[in-house]
Amino acid sequence: MTLWREALLVAGKDLRIEARSRVTLYQVLPFGFIVLLLFAFALDPDRGLLPRVAPGLFWVAVLLATLLAVSRAFAIEADNGARDGLRLSGLDGSAVFLGKAAAIAVELLVLEVVLGVGVVLLYDVGLHSAAPLALAVVAATIGVAATGTLYGVLAAGLRVRETLVPILLLPVVAPVMLGATRASEAAVGQAPSDAWPWVALLVLFAAIYTTMGMLAFGPLLEEA
Amino acid sequence: MPVVVRLRSAVCLLDRFPALAGVDLDVAEREILLVSGANGAGKTTLLRLVAGLVPLQSGTAEVLGHDLAVDRTGARRDLALVGHDTFCYDDLTVRENLRFAARAARRPVAACEAAMERLGLTRVAAVTHARLSAGQRKRLALAVALTRDPRLLLLDEPHAGLDAKGREVLDAVVAAAPSEGRTVVLVSHEVDRARTLASREVVLHAGRAVGVAPAAGIQTSSTWAVRA
Repeated sequence: MTLWREALLVAGKDLRIEARSRVTLYQVLPFGFIVLLLFAFALDPDRGLLPRVAPGLFWVAVLLATLLAVSRAFAIEADNGARDGLRLSGLDGSAVFLGKAAAIAVELLVLEVVLGVGVVLLYDVGLHSAAPLALAVVAATIGVAATGTLYGVLAAGLRVRETLVPILLLPVVAPVMLGATRASEAAVGQAPSDAWPWVALLVLFAAIYTTMGMLAFGPLLEEA
Repeated sequence: MPVVVRLRSAVCLLDRFPALAGVDLDVAEREILLVSGANGAGKTTLLRLVAGLVPLQSGTAEVLGHDLAVDRTGARRDLALVGHDTFCYDDLTVRENLRFAARAARRPVAACEAAMERLGLTRVAAVTHARLSAGQRKRLALAVALTRDPRLLLLDEPHAGLDAKGREVLDAVVAAAPSEGRTVVLVSHEVDRARTLASREVVLHAGRAVGVAPAAGIQTSSTWAVRA
């Protein structure tokens, strides 16, 4: 079995569990939407401000929801000694990393589509260029999913993992927050071409952390 | 007979505590070895060391030709561990858990149906792990292990939680292991039952192998060869 087939096996398993438990649907999605609503309430007096800050608020909501998705991705490996089962399975560590990161990325993409609709409706935001926005969303999602998976396994065996993951993860994904916000601002504004340098930054970040994760995940899983 | 597991002065630390404090042990191919001893003697740690789940602190350990000091993961495709946990996912059904294990181990998916039939799980194939009884979960853990078609089967208290029928099924699986090309290392507190299955018994005490008996049920304590 190739690396990719093993990754698909792990991703399929995680997505099947999510589809059945519906944690993403019933908890992560509403959480992201509530964050958007709270921002809208907080900034509502200044109607002109919301459309301008909407990209940043959107990505803050996505990053906060990412913490829940990452936590959930490793919580399912904590029950019944499943993490030991994963280690004994014979699966390649890189494949497990790619599979878990892919499953988180798929969940985040669904979340981003729903939150995107929410932003348009709540914040009255228009879109001028879809291509850079779509690329920025995909690259940023891969970046945060890869980073979350890497730091998730780092904290997996610890009793304080729920509180440790946000402390470790949020500072590291600050470049994604910056790049994705700037790219999104450009895509919804009047100068879509300004988005491309930020998209390049997001692609670079995703490539670096995907590579790091593939190299480090296996040894980290052994120590978890 | 080729040796499947060879430990020499094997030491394992759990939070600085020597759970294994210098174990010498050979397990021959197709042997059924019973490991007995009091709580805290190091039985579970011994199985986890052989499975490569805990690191070897000192000494040597060779499993299925892999030196655990340099390669803890190499033997995993050819062994299976049935432990206190089932290693299964609550939200996956019996069949889905088995298929995941089979595909991960690069075994044919058809082996899942055979394992379910053998362990009496066909009726609950579509039931999620979370809804299984304790005994059914134990059977599923054993079915997962068999689906992987392991050369080395590590069983940690496999009788616990099983009803009479389940114990009969388990005993049949263990008894058939040598003829199926498997080696079994069995840890059990139900020593009398396990002795009827084992071809040899090793007693652990305080992280050391202190005694071996060559055959099940026919040796008295006076025949034990005690190792220093």
